[in-house]
Amino acid sequence: MNFKLKIWRQRDAKSQGAFETYEVKNISADTSFLEMMDILNNDLIHAGKEPVAFDHDCREGICGMCSMHINGHAHGPSQAVTTCQMYMRKFEDGSTITIEPWRSAAFPVIRDLVVDRSAYDKILQAGGFISVRTNSVPDGNAIPIPKADADESMDAAACVGCGACAATCKNGSAMLFVAARVSSLAKLPQGKVEGARRAKSMVAKMDELGFGNCTNTGACQAQCPKSISIAHIARLNREFLAAKLQD
Amino acid sequence: MSCFLTNSSVGKKLVMSITGCFLVLFILFHMSMNLAMLFSPAAYDAICEFLGANWYALAATVVLAAGVAVHFIYAFILTVDNYRARGKQRYQVTVQEKGVSWASKNMLVLGVIVILGLGLHLIHFWSKMQLVEIMGHHASVVGGYEVGATQGAALMMITFSKWYNVVLYIVWFAAIWFHLTHGVWSMFQTAGFANDTWYPRLKCLANIVATLIFLGFAVVAVYCFLTSTPQLIESLLIA
Ligand code: HEM
Ligand code: SF4
Ligand code: FES
Repeated sequence: MNFKLKIWRQRDAKSQGAFETYEVKNISADTSFLEMMDILNNDLIHAGKEPVAFDHDCREGICGMCSMHINGHAHGPSQAVTTCQMYMRKFEDGSTITIEPWRSAAFPVIRDLVVDRSAYDKILQAGGFISVRTNSVPDGNAIPIPKADADESMDAAACVGCGACAATCKNGSAMLFVAARVSSLAKLPQGKVEGARRAKSMVAKMDELGFGNCTNTGACQAQCPKSISIAHIARLNREFLAAKLQD
Repeated sequence: MSCFLTNSSVGKKLVMSITGCFLVLFILFHMSMNLAMLFSPAAYDAICEFLGANWYALAATVVLAAGVAVHFIYAFILTVDNYRARGKQRYQVTVQEKGVSWASKNMLVLGVIVILGLGLHLIHFWSKMQLVEIMGHHASVVGGYEVGATQGAALMMITFSKWYNVVLYIVWFAAIWFHLTHGVWSMFQTAGFANDTWYPRLKCLANIVATLIFLGFAVVAVYCFLTSTPQLIESLLIA
């Protein structure tokens, strides 16, 4: 397959970027999107040009690094997969593919397709954990957890922190990410005890970092590679409001 | 306690949700009141007289105006915040995401149409009814007729005898319809009362409420347009 690629190029955070068009030829339909990018970069290096910088790590859909906005979709047109798990057969032969970095004020572009997503890490550090004693490992089965709760917690825990939610949101809201983290812990007895503090401090950090206010459009859940439901946002709202009313 | 409603995103959204809910309840009440017009203009006038400019009605008007003002001001604060948060650099290619309604992305625009319609409505009706009484008068001249402050039925017949008023009001009702197809389920989500089982139900409820409000108001305006005659207006004014 052959493709025309329209890619955002930007030297560093301070420079003005622009789109550049490249061609890739003889790509097998079973090439993954990132492998296609590798082929492009290989060609660019051989031609003595700067390769395109893009984030990636695991290439198996679990690290959440491979942030790219492809033809108008965060993580491309495939449903419920990350960019690294998408294959070129998803695209029409000979078509032009537009590749942009995440666009959100809290995720500034560092270079080409790479953005600084440390804002999500800061939100996590503000409360996305449970406080446990180290030393002896507790018996895993000592605390019974209803299957439905465990399932819901696991669904929320599938979030890979990729940033597609805020990048997709017209309000630049990080609510889906924050909700997934709050929800996955709120559904478990170990997480519940610190629930009120967690909801308050994570929302406060999210607001402080300049993320927007959710207006429940649902665009985030449509583009989330892990199909996190906005039902978790409703739970975050409950947790947060209940905590504030108890203050 | 008071602070999270002004300094946190979720708190500010709760204010939108509560004021929005209040406005929905008011508008449902207003619509039911108007429906009396279909059955008996005399009954409608009786309601106007009852709700005229007594202290309870005045207090309720102040609360209502405050509700609109808070909803409106917060809408702007939140939207400006959101513009800043999404950043100046936008995508060159965008798509309409699956399951995302047009209304949900255009709530401010719809709201601005709603408030413009509200301004027109206040000039047409409120200024001729409650305001004249507050000013100590009891009647005003509308379209060549002298209309008493409680003669709501005649005022409606005069206003909606003009086709352009009917069109303007229907555009206004349509904006409210769009605003509420999203707003009514969104207010539950914001307050935390929603989950995957309830989304289809809440969205269905939102469509029903929005459509009921649209039809309830539109049917009265159209009915007035179709039945209004100078003789009828004269007879309502004498009554
Ligand atoms: C005065 C002009 C108005 C403006 C500028 C306005 C604007 C907005 C905006 C920007 C939102 C936020 C969108 C969202 O969170 O989903 C909203 C929500 C809402 N509005 Fe309005 N609106 C107006 C009038 C009204 C009226 C007259 C009603 C009721 C009949 C209403 C009912 C609602 C409801 C129920 C919500 C949902 C609240 C929530 O999401 O938590 N609005 N409005
Ligand atoms: S909620 Fe979904 S889109 Fe948002 S960071 Fe987590 S995995 Fe990515
Ligand atoms: S590279 Fe890890 S999720 Fe795509």
